[in-house]
Amino acid sequence: MNIRRSSVVLGTYYFGLILLLYLPIALLFLFSVNSDASLSFPIRQLTFEWYQRLFSADAVLRSARNSLVVALGSSLAATILGTMVAILMLRYKFRGQNLLVALAVLPLIVPYVVLGVALLLLFSLLQIDRSLWTIGVAHTVVALPYTLLIIGSRFAGFDANLEEAAMDLGADYPTTLRRVVLPLIFPAMVSAWLTAFTVSFDEFALALFLSGTQPTFPVYLFSQLRFANQLPIMIALAVLLMIGTLTLVFIAERFRRREA
Amino acid sequence: MGGGKSRAVTAPTRPTVTLPHFLKKMGEGWGGGWDRRATFWLIYLPPLFWLTAFLVLPVLVMAVFSFRPDMRGELFQAWAPTINQYASIAAVGSYWRLLGISALTALGIGISAVVLAYPLAYFLAFHAGTRIGFYLVLLLIPFWTSYLLRIMAWKILLGTEGVLNSFLIYSGWIQEPLTALLYNRSAVFLTLLYVWIPFAALPILAALQRIDPALFEAAADLGARPSHQFLRVTLPLSAPGVLAAFFMVFIPTVGEYVTPLLVGGSRGFLYGNIIQDFFTKAANWPLGSALSMIMLAATLILVVLATRLIDWRQLFE
Repeated sequence: MNIRRSSVVLGTYYFGLILLLYLPIALLFLFSVNSDASLSFPIRQLTFEWYQRLFSADAVLRSARNSLVVALGSSLAATILGTMVAILMLRYKFRGQNLLVALAVLPLIVPYVVLGVALLLLFSLLQIDRSLWTIGVAHTVVALPYTLLIIGSRFAGFDANLEEAAMDLGADYPTTLRRVVLPLIFPAMVSAWLTAFTVSFDEFALALFLSGTQPTFPVYLFSQLRFANQLPIMIALAVLLMIGTLTLVFIAERFRRREA
Repeated sequence: MGGGKSRAVTAPTRPTVTLPHFLKKMGEGWGGGWDRRATFWLIYLPPLFWLTAFLVLPVLVMAVFSFRPDMRGELFQAWAPTINQYASIAAVGSYWRLLGISALTALGIGISAVVLAYPLAYFLAFHAGTRIGFYLVLLLIPFWTSYLLRIMAWKILLGTEGVLNSFLIYSGWIQEPLTALLYNRSAVFLTLLYVWIPFAALPILAALQRIDPALFEAAADLGARPSHQFLRVTLPLSAPGVLAAFFMVFIPTVGEYVTPLLVGGSRGFLYGNIIQDFFTKAANWPLGSALSMIMLAATLILVVLATRLIDWRQLFE
């Protein structure tokens, strides 16, 4: 097989898969402008009605707001904790260091269903009512490995002699961290924060166990999947949210590039 | 937590640079100036607290709870510990069968995802040229759409009154709608495979990009045909990426419960679903805790196995 032919075959494969990946998304777009509430073909009439009705659909908007609050809070916490563990991992040596780092990346491999029910038990034991807080705590735990890996790899990329220079010039360690290290890892922190945000925003497996009276968007969506008349409104919101997250992803990519 | 595992898991972010002299001097033990020690405690205590309170403690609570005899009485009163939950699990073959089915499903999905992702990664690494960044983003964008809605879109496609069925009936190929498309284990398998293929391509791509192009030239100079070159040079050198991709798919899939919930129906349930069931509808938390502990142990054993097989450090540098 010559190079050109294999290139064509592989390219066809790639674009075939891309088509499959975008098919459900195209369907969602289609249904968000479909006048019929029932979701079947053929589409009779196009409308923006669902987008208009979205703005008066309080419960849907509230769930989206809840997701936003949880994602903002948990991603911020995960970024701060990830920065701390990254500094501990790469700039200190202490007993139990490996254990702490292993614990921080452990959520990557603990099944979400296990972590979800374990946290549910803990909160029940402490008699903490399930709320957005409990979801946020869980999301912080599962986002930590991502923020740690992103910020940690940035640490590996710059010269530790810069810190030595700062301290030789008389800065104490907190000042060195604030004035030298943090500015250097800041792009990575932004990138980590955005990653943590997207991890949390669409998270369902944990949130299902830990949500109280205020559902996040995926949890609310799940509870409404049976009722067809609400669905187009939520699809419309999902389309808007996708456009929003895409924007975020591109910003994150920009920051990652600048950092490189 | 074995030493071997923690070493391997933390490996990806270990820098290759050795610590500078001053840090070595100050970082040893509790040495260093007061400012460095104060900073240490300031950044050490919050993550330590967080991970202890919300990762270690919940698992411990769950472990303790799995030795509780039943759900009667207050949620957390004292009880005489019993291994009844584990004994009853051991006695019921269907739990083990389901665990086996879940592991086999994950194994099948892992292998299929790697096989299907490999050409994708190969295309990106060797044929995409300068547009690789664009192609990569294009591949990953769909994952920032609501997962539930993407799955629901597939249900619209494959359901009894769905797009595929109405098309097939309309075109006269079938008279009755196909019901085998949804609510069984194959639907779960296909959906998860669909979700994982682009992710599986990432570590393979990383491994392929690490191969020194000079090796290809050397192989060609020595007369290797392209197929030979692939089998004898490219494939072996990308093996770490292939293994990493497999485990990146396999491990989360073993514990998956959301996809079976959505497209599996009662015939497509996996092990994660019985845990979820015992904590929601069935409300038998002690039994659910015991089942969770078994799943956690199984996962950790698999991960230890994975870290033995893969040099993760090499992949992320």
